[in-house]
This record gives sequence, structure tokens and C-alpha cells, in this order.
Amino acid sequence: MQYDIHTKVRPVKAGDTLPEPALEVSAESKRMSGAEILLRSLEAEGVKVIFGHPGGAVIKVYDEMMRIRPGFEHVLVRHEQGGTHAAEGYAKATGKVGTVLVTSGPGATNTVTGIADAYMDSVPIVVFTGQVPTNLIGNDAFQECDAIGVTRSVTKHSFLVRDVRDLARTIREAYHIARTGRPGPVLVDLPKDVLMAEAPFHYPEQVNIRGYVVPDAGRSDKIARAARMIAASERPVFYVGGGVVNSDASEVLTEIARTAGIPVTTTLHGLGAYPEEDPLALRMLGMHGTWWANQAIQHCDLIIAAGARFDDRVTGKLDSWAPHAKVIHIEIDQSCISKNVFADCAILGDVKTVLQQLKPHIKPKDTSGWLAEIDTWRQECPLAYDHDDKLRAQYVIEALREKTGGRAVVLTDVGQHQMWTAQYFRFLFPRTHITSGGLGTMGFGMPAAMGAAFGLREQGSDMPVVCISGDGGFVMNAQELSVAAAHKLPLKIAVINNRFLGMVRQWQELFHMERYSHTDLSDTNPNFVKLAEAYNCVGLRASSPDEVRGVLDAAWEVTDRPVVMEFQVVKEEMVFPMVPAGAATGDMITQRLTPNSFV
Amino acid sequence: MSDTLVLTPQQIIRKKAAGEPIEPDDSQQKDRHTIVVLVENTIGAFIRVINMFSARGFNIDSVTVGTTEDASVSRMNIVTTGNGRIISQVLRQLSRLVDTIGVVDLTGTDYVERELCLLKVRYTDRSRSEILDTSGIFKGRIVDITSETMTIELRGPSKKVDAFVKLMAPHNIVEVARSGCVAMQRDHAA
Repeated sequence: MQYDIHTKVRPVKAGDTLPEPALEVSAESKRMSGAEILLRSLEAEGVKVIFGHPGGAVIKVYDEMMRIRPGFEHVLVRHEQGGTHAAEGYAKATGKVGTVLVTSGPGATNTVTGIADAYMDSVPIVVFTGQVPTNLIGNDAFQECDAIGVTRSVTKHSFLVRDVRDLARTIREAYHIARTGRPGPVLVDLPKDVLMAEAPFHYPEQVNIRGYVVPDAGRSDKIARAARMIAASERPVFYVGGGVVNSDASEVLTEIARTAGIPVTTTLHGLGAYPEEDPLALRMLGMHGTWWANQAIQHCDLIIAAGARFDDRVTGKLDSWAPHAKVIHIEIDQSCISKNVFADCAILGDVKTVLQQLKPHIKPKDTSGWLAEIDTWRQECPLAYDHDDKLRAQYVIEALREKTGGRAVVLTDVGQHQMWTAQYFRFLFPRTHITSGGLGTMGFGMPAAMGAAFGLREQGSDMPVVCISGDGGFVMNAQELSVAAAHKLPLKIAVINNRFLGMVRQWQELFHMERYSHTDLSDTNPNFVKLAEAYNCVGLRASSPDEVRGVLDAAWEVTDRPVVMEFQVVKEEMVFPMVPAGAATGDMITQRLTPNSFV
Repeated sequence: MSDTLVLTPQQIIRKKAAGEPIEPDDSQQKDRHTIVVLVENTIGAFIRVINMFSARGFNIDSVTVGTTEDASVSRMNIVTTGNGRIISQVLRQLSRLVDTIGVVDLTGTDYVERELCLLKVRYTDRSRSEILDTSGIFKGRIVDITSETMTIELRGPSKKVDAFVKLMAPHNIVEVARSGCVAMQRDHAA
């Protein structure tokens, strides 16, 4: 085996003063560079695809990649932010850990938005950042950035590897931490000299992090108590979040809900955890949730929260949220318990395990009166929009739903189209709705869709990947189109173009006396069809309702590259119903009011 | 850790609706809490703990950190204030960090607390004996003296140090250095 000894910055020699390696080294382990250890560790971890961008600090890794041809695909993204979002999309679509590899300095800082997004939305990703050699750290060296420091508040954990002999173990721990418990992003900072130095390779099977405890089963007394509370309740509601999707608990949740006749409302990230066409499904709750889901929350006597964190977009004004409800909170992250809403019965544990523990205790209940009451709310204020000759985003989303029959992985960006997708797509399966919820990152959708497509391809799934984006957010990471095109990913990208930052515009109309400050994009929007073509994708356009189906049909004919479908929609449309920020959930605006009628 | 430390706004509403009594200050009361955190003995672990306090808007009144009988473990003693709900959040957020090995809130338990204080005060002929008297009452030790200033070493619970510094305030204090408190639970084994 050939090694370039001239590039070694700090070879590790026998008799070095460094501490003994903690890991056991088998006799047949051969010495290899830190860069190769990184690649071999990823192979051992079962990584099939990584999203990366080379640079000086990680040049050795890319060099070794070419030499040893590891058993995973490296996707060269065109911006590191796109890479982190792609890793998120991959992770959310597959349930596996997404991997990102970038260089030091700007490479690292460009990943920060994606890392913060993954942190807020509990997405397991591991980000490897290059770093200047250890002897230069702190010297303001070229492309130096304290990546650990910059990302400290937005990572689940981070590591700086100072010794090549710690590298494999650190990577093992990074994946373990990212994947288990409440998932989240982990950053591993790799100084260049560590990547150059040599050590024997051994990938540890066991992880032992003494301060890191992953909750699993819930306490049996709490389970019994929860079961009694459910049995005693007359108006129970399941409030289901992304934790149910993360722990693959949809099946057991569905069984319990159906056995006991408990209606289910989901958060934005919970969409798909319970089939939305089921009679017990209340759809999404919260700021842009359905009227009936929010009414059910306001009138219920028991909330069974599973894998949800009582976000302010769900609760609105806390004091008046669910005033009659007792709360059972099933949650894997102890810091979420009683943070915003007091839990009368808190069960710390993995949602799936806890629901499985709970299931034998659940007896059939008669909730027909309660369900009938919810039905009257359902009829009182259904989701609706105008059907005329103007094109509206809701119509496009319903057409996409019809085209796919709900068998598609749908990714959205952030804004009005995101809420309309949540309202109108009627998700049936977990992991088919992927969005940026917590951080609300514009520019998330398209690169995440690319990542999801890699994930589905790896799993041999034939589900189409549909990205619904807005004209504002799409442009923010449009450069990744070229990557998706190069990899022949048949993404279906719907750009809902209202020539405005629609959600901000909506708030300006409702709460800022129609002062549309800097939200008009008509001067700065590109020609989306030409943009698509410039990136070797297919560009299509529809500007009236009767063109929509033709465009979708044409788009679904394309199988070897992404299609960008621009839908020119009216700019005045607003997302309703809506609980204004800080208002009580009971005070929903259900339709457009004249500006003066809302104070 | 109890789930019922202090009422949330929503629970107060619920209690009001049910006509149950609510202590007027039970959600606003701010208590001083002494929390012991055992962390991995690395700079990164220490910073993560401190960073968590600042990122989540919790107070730190004092913090000390030092090694323990196990060289790989550091012990942090953190004094913070907040109502029960905030403290319970602090404890949960601390436990959640990967680098924390143990978290104990000593408040409400039987524990010993000590702080070291060095206080340099400028004296005159008139104030000299009063300063020495006060320092004697607090079992302070004069560790340095010049013709103008003296430096007093004092140890004890933070409250005692507070009281001493307060009594010295009318004199001409040059500087005060306080270590922050270290604390340990009393052992009740026979």
C-alpha cells in the first residue's frame, strides 16, 4: 500500500508521548491515513451516500476517496447549505443518518443553517468539517473557523478530533448520538494533520458514552396511570408529532386510536403518521391547522401528546390553550416535558415502545358523541378556496394529490405553499411529508428533495419525489438543480409563483395595514422555465387552472431528469384558517376579512 | 425530579376554573438553587454547560469548576435563580447534554456550602479597629497588610460572605475576589 509520506504533518510514531489508544487493535489491523479511516468508518457505519464539497482542509479525504473507491456514493453539491439540506431530506425519507463532508472555514459556516434546521426538527445528520492543522488552530489561519464554537448552540453534540487514533471511535459515537434518543445533528471537526496522520483502523462495535442515556421503555406505573386517564376521559384527543414518525410508531398509534375511538390530530411534522383520510383523523392543528382540530383541542378533556413538543405555532397563547384538558405526554427528550404545557402524566421513553406498552391496557371506548361534536365543527368550517378561472396554489396541490394518489414523498419549502400542502395534500404514510418546520428555512425544499430521492433510489422505492416550493425559497438553493440533473433524479418540482414572499405578504396585509415592504419579487424573479433549462432540467409553466393537468402529465412523462413546473398563481390568496401569532387557539380567523375589520 | 414543581400558566387557569386555591406567588417565586453538575473533564464540556445557560436564557449567579477524585470528571457547582418550573427546565436541559454525567439540585437537601472570599480594604487609623473587629467576628484572616490596605481572607457559605462584604461596604473597599460556591451533600450514613 502506497502512502504519500511527504504530506504527513504529524506522523504518529511508536514511543510518542500521546496517550495509549483506548481501542483494542487486532493484529491484522493495518495502518492507514486518517482520511482513509474516515472513509472506512463510513463504510462500516453502512453509509451509502454522502453529500460533500471539497476544499483544502479535506483534500486528503477526497484524494483517498479516488484511490480506495469506498462503498458509498459521494454527491458533489454546489453549495454546502444544499448539502446539509440534502442530508436532511435523505435522513427524513429513509430514517437513516444523513452524512455531509465539507472543508474548513466557509465550508463549515455554510452548513450552519442546515445544521440548525436539523437541530430544530430532530433530523439525524453527521457533518464532517475540515479544520486547519492542530498547530494552527487559533492562529487565524487561512480558512480557519471555530466550527465547534459556531455550531455549539445548534448541534446535539460535536467533536474535535485531535488524535488520529480517536477518529474511528469518534465517528462511531457521532453516528450513535445522531441516530438515537431524540435525533439531531452532530458535527465532527477534523484537523488536516489528523487526516494525514496514520493509525491502525478498528471500528468499535460497542459505544460507551457514560453521560448519554437513551430512554426506551416508559415507567410501568406511569403507563398504568395513562391507561386509567384514557379510560376515564370522555373527550380524548391524540396530539401527534414528528417523534411518532422518527420512532416508526404509526402502526401502534393507529391501532390504539382505532381501538379506543380517539381522534388524532398531527403537527406539521406528524403529518403522515396517521392516515389523513381516516374518519378519526383531524388533520393538522395549530396556527394554520383545521378549525375542527383546534376546536377539538379547545374542548377536549384529555390530550395524549406523542412525540410532540407543544411548539408555539401549535399552542398559540398558552394560557388559553386546551383549558379543560389533562395532558399525557409521551416524549423521549426530557427537556420537552412540562416545558410549555404542564404534563399531568409524563412518560419518558421511546414513543413506539411506550405505545406498545400502553396498547394492552387500552379498552374499546364509546366516543361517538365526542366524534359527532367534532363532525359538526368539521362541517362548520371546511378547508375551502375559490374555484374560478384564476389559478390558486391550493388547486395545484390538490391536482398533485390526485396525480400521485398520495403515493409520493412530498417536500416543501417554507411559506404559504408549505401550509397549503399541509392542509390539502392529505398524507397517508409516514415519511412522505418532509419540511422545514422548526427553523423555517427557505431554500430547504429542493436540495432536501434531492437527498430524499437518493434515499428512495437506495431503497429501491418507485415513489415519486415531489418538491413544492415557492418562488422566494426555490431561488435560494436553485443551484442544486444541476446536481439533481447530473444524477438523473426525476424530481417533480412545483414552484408556486405568486411573485411575492407570500406569507410575509399575508402578515403585511393582515397586521401591517397592507404595507407591502420589500415582499414583491416580480422584479427579481428569474424566468423559471429558462432557469430549469439552464441547469439541464425540463421547465414547464401553467398560469390557469385548465393548464395544470397538462403540465403534470408532461412532467410525469420525464423520467431522466428533474422537471421544474412553474405555476403562476394569484398573489392575493391567503392561508386560512389562521390563529394570529400570540392569539388564543379558539380565536381563529377562518376567512378573509377586510383589513379594517381585524384589529 | 418531580413533575409538579410549580404550576404552568395553563394549569393555574385550570385551577382557577375549578375554584381551587392558588398561591399568589407560586409561579413567580424565584429561589436560589445550588446545582452540582458532573461533566467530562474537557473544556468543551464546560463550555457546553455554560452555553446552554446563555442560549436558553437562564441565570448564573456563580459557577465554579474543578477536578474530582476521578481525573476524567469535573465537578461544576452552579448557583442559579428561578422559579420551580425554570429550575426543572435547567435540570432537564443539563441532564440532556451528552457530556454531563450527573446532575443534582442540592437545594432543599442537607448540604454544606463554602465560598472563599478575598477582600482588600483601605483603612485609616479610625476604621482600622472596626475592620479588624468585624473580620474577627466572621473568623476572617488578615493575609496581607500594608500601611494603607489590608487583605482579608474569609470562607463560609455564600450568605456569610454576602453579609461580610455588605458590612465592609461603608469602608473603602479596593477590590473583592469571590470564588463562587462549592457544595456537597451531607452524608447521613450511620
